[in-house]
Amino acid sequence: MSADESIEAAPAETFAIGISFGNSNSSIAYTSGEGKAEVIANEEGDRQIPSFLSYIEGEEYHGAQAKSQLVRNSKNTVAYFRDYIGKDFDSIDPTPCHASAHAQKHESTIAFSVQDTNSDSPSTLSVSEIATRHIRRLASSASDFLGKKVNAAVLTIPTNFSDEQKEALSESAKNAGIEILQFISEPVAAVLAYDARAEAIISDKIVVVADLGGIRSDVAVVASRGGMYSILSTAHDYETAGTQLDQVLIDHFAKEFIKKHKTDPRQNERSLAKLKLEAEATKKALSLGSSASLSVESLADGVDFSSTINRTRYELLGGKVFSGFIRLIEEAVRKADLDVLDINEVILSGGTSHTPLIARRLTSLFPQTTNILSPSTLASALNPSELPSRGAAIQASLISAYDPSDIAQNTHPALTATPHLSRAIGVLVISDSESRGVFKPLLEAETAVPARRAGLFAVPGGGGDVLVKVCEGQREIKVSKPEPKSKSKPQVNGKAGSEDDGDEDDDEDEEEEEEEEIRETIWKVGTVLAEAAIRATKKGAKVEVTVNVGADLGVTITAREVGGKGGVRGQLLEKGGGGRENGSA
Amino acid sequence: MAAVQVQLPLPVLPEGWSAEKDFKAIGTLSPATQRNIEPVGPHFLAHARRKRHRRTFSEDDRIQAQENVKKVEDDDAGEISEPEDQMMLQRDAKDWKVFYKIFAKLSPRPNLILRLFFPTVLLLTNHSQGQDHYAVLGLSRHRYRATESQIKTAHRKKVLRHHPDKRAATGSSEDDSFFKCIQKATEVLLDPIKRRQFDSVDENADVEPPSKKEAQKKGWFKCWGPVFESEGRFSKDQPVPRLGGNESTKEDVERFYNFWYNFDSWRSFEYQDEDVPDDNENRDQKRHIEKKNNNARKKKKTEDTARLRSLVDECLAGDERIKKFKQQERAGKNKRRGEKEEAEKKLKEDKIKAQAEAERLKKEAEEAAKAEKAEGKKAKEAAKNAAKKNKRVLKSSVKDVNYLLPEGEAAAGPKRVDEVLNDVDLVMTKIDNEELASLAGKLGGAKGVDAVASVWAEETKRLVGAGKLKDGEVRTLI
Repeated sequence: MSADESIEAAPAETFAIGISFGNSNSSIAYTSGEGKAEVIANEEGDRQIPSFLSYIEGEEYHGAQAKSQLVRNSKNTVAYFRDYIGKDFDSIDPTPCHASAHAQKHESTIAFSVQDTNSDSPSTLSVSEIATRHIRRLASSASDFLGKKVNAAVLTIPTNFSDEQKEALSESAKNAGIEILQFISEPVAAVLAYDARAEAIISDKIVVVADLGGIRSDVAVVASRGGMYSILSTAHDYETAGTQLDQVLIDHFAKEFIKKHKTDPRQNERSLAKLKLEAEATKKALSLGSSASLSVESLADGVDFSSTINRTRYELLGGKVFSGFIRLIEEAVRKADLDVLDINEVILSGGTSHTPLIARRLTSLFPQTTNILSPSTLASALNPSELPSRGAAIQASLISAYDPSDIAQNTHPALTATPHLSRAIGVLVISDSESRGVFKPLLEAETAVPARRAGLFAVPGGGGDVLVKVCEGQREIKVSKPEPKSKSKPQVNGKAGSEDDGDEDDDEDEEEEEEEEIRETIWKVGTVLAEAAIRATKKGAKVEVTVNVGADLGVTITAREVGGKGGVRGQLLEKGGGGRENGSA
Repeated sequence: MAAVQVQLPLPVLPEGWSAEKDFKAIGTLSPATQRNIEPVGPHFLAHARRKRHRRTFSEDDRIQAQENVKKVEDDDAGEISEPEDQMMLQRDAKDWKVFYKIFAKLSPRPNLILRLFFPTVLLLTNHSQGQDHYAVLGLSRHRYRATESQIKTAHRKKVLRHHPDKRAATGSSEDDSFFKCIQKATEVLLDPIKRRQFDSVDENADVEPPSKKEAQKKGWFKCWGPVFESEGRFSKDQPVPRLGGNESTKEDVERFYNFWYNFDSWRSFEYQDEDVPDDNENRDQKRHIEKKNNNARKKKKTEDTARLRSLVDECLAGDERIKKFKQQERAGKNKRRGEKEEAEKKLKEDKIKAQAEAERLKKEAEEAAKAEKAEGKKAKEAAKNAAKKNKRVLKSSVKDVNYLLPEGEAAAGPKRVDEVLNDVDLVMTKIDNEELASLAGKLGGAKGVDAVASVWAEETKRLVGAGKLKDGEVRTLI
């Protein structure tokens, strides 16, 4: 029997992939038998497939081929249309389409006027039609690669996609023969891509996902608590993104060209398009090497142009854009009512994240304990461009066995809307230095309930009776100036030898100038929730304390000596605050 | 998840701690925040399974739950939308600095001329510097307070409305001059350095200091408060102390003026540079322009510092609180001085009084002593006189009865007289004044020789009985 028949014979069986559908680039991924996500290359070998469609004499071009048409056939090339899906003309920014087919108002939606057939008159293609064609091409690339018909997908979308947009996108995909199993947001897909690696340890952490794309940048602060993710804040920027960096290079090279040949290549559309494509390639090269060249044949007035630029120059020129990225990330952190000290991990996602300077700037913005996951800071980092599609593929493999109704129920707000702890819950322990107790958090703030965490605590020297004091804690930022060099020190030195005095003073001055505030997080002990006693512990024993917060915000605390018999178990009194959430249950 | 390992030890159970089953519930949880968890990942699926098997839900639940979720996505429909002036829309991006240049040549204060003669121009242009970037983006209410995200949203909104493609779609001309204005405004406002330069000269954010009349009419604090609030935006130290009100303490007011007299401003005047050096000009020319600009900036900066100082001077001069504090201080001083004087005076008076009292007492005592002395003298005299008189009575009593000779006898001879009188004298020496008086009384009452003689005999007997006289010593009187 032929392969075709087998495909048709089993239409009910869903075979799902993960699709990341971006404004500039799309990528597709699947999960291999071992549960590892792999990104699929299309026929041309691109793993990052430009979201472009171009038409010449009825022939459809897709991906990189379509992108190269921007020079000669820009009128019939459609680009940067993802954000237009499901929107009306009044609410979109048509600027990105200037170099390609222009967005137009068409009935209640947006359309592009493109000559996609052999006929002379151009036809009007609505944006959903374009999306359908794009998804169809993506799906066929995946099917060709996998040798199996792909009929379902998990699609990533930005966090600010509206329900109408989701619906329109779902409709477009359906027309392309792809059933959208679930939409997942891009930042969460990126977190999932990292967390699904075999070596990953699931821990409680706050992750900043900076998705720096071609024409927009999105930052999300995600609380990851035991593998469950809650978005705490988001920030979007449509003015600071990859194209602005391209523009920096375009301007640089254009100026150079003007110096030599007295014509501005930016005045001519075709010259500009050529320069733009090359500048983008140069930008990518600069992410890898310390210098890159740009050469365009017949850039303007039939003059060839070739030049090189080194990375330092580029970083200097693009300084303003880079600062924009950093500010955006800071804004997102601020919006989440957090401090940079609270961030455990930064995931750089999206094509622009390859730029080493961004990672470098972030390492100086965040404390040293924060992991910056980007190729230039971490050898084992995943490719930033592939993160969303990988995450989508993992989610696809997880839910492809479910019924569509099951999936719908899983994404139901009644299931996803969950109370999150507003304060951390932990146990007071004794520290060596301070006489007061030190708070050791077990359950961090922003943990979705129900949740359970356990901790093993040491007992004081000789064992005996110990007190387990469970309380709420609040993180505070302690800002302190470093202690100014004590005045006694120079005096001591002065006694040792007077000729050293001059040097000593100089050093001090320098230090004073460099003096920076030391910021650290400390725990402030809040309400005491409960106390429990463990009697007669052995020397060197461990006490296990488990705090369990139920879905109704009821708290159960268990404490026992490891290896001992019995233990203490108690429940907190219910209160009004918790009753509100489960009142409807 | 694996249990957390904590090396620090748990505290020792305090003495006397006890509870039922060794567990004491004390507090309750802080209220939780409702958030959406992302329906993604294996752990969520496990969570969903647990949760779903336990409860069923209705559409009502759905709405309820969705409403409670804390919003992380911004609402796009902010209040950042102001009516757009028709004139503003017709502006050209090119003339954003033109007006200033024209008027700068006419007057050192181009803004004044504009304000006097071309109020409409001022309306849509930002005073001296052409385009008002905040007005273009519809942020004229926020100005320097606008956050970066507000500017971004405002820009986005304006772009969505004024994009040349949109205009083309509605059929009007493909004129993108206002769009360029928008882009220019965003370029300036989103660049922290350029924005600071623009904010430095953004006179629309200035609040003019009130005249005395105005201040009187509207209330001094109401008028001056906003002036300093707007000036405070240039301060390197934030937050800036506020003017406060009538009830502010002296420390607050002093802190306020100290702050303003030591004001550290970031204000700079690059934005008002007349010429901007061009890449194409030669180096000398560039240096010349830069020098000129630097000088102009420095001059303006000095002027600004002086302006601010005079502003604070003016405010200080009109500040009723300062007068009040001075008065209070003076009153306090006077009061203290008065009290001191009072005390001194009192002390003095007390002293005088005490002295007078002492003198008076002394005098009284002296007088009393004197009176007593006089009295004593008198009494003594009287007693003497009485004794004399009584003695006379005694002597005369015997003389009257013819020296105790029985009646009818001839007058007593001198011998008898001597004997009787000697005896009388002897008796008189033996008795004291009182006995003398009583004896005189008795003798005065006695008539006749017998009576007198018996009185005497009686007296003599008494004296003999008392042992004062010897028996037989006074024979004549018995």
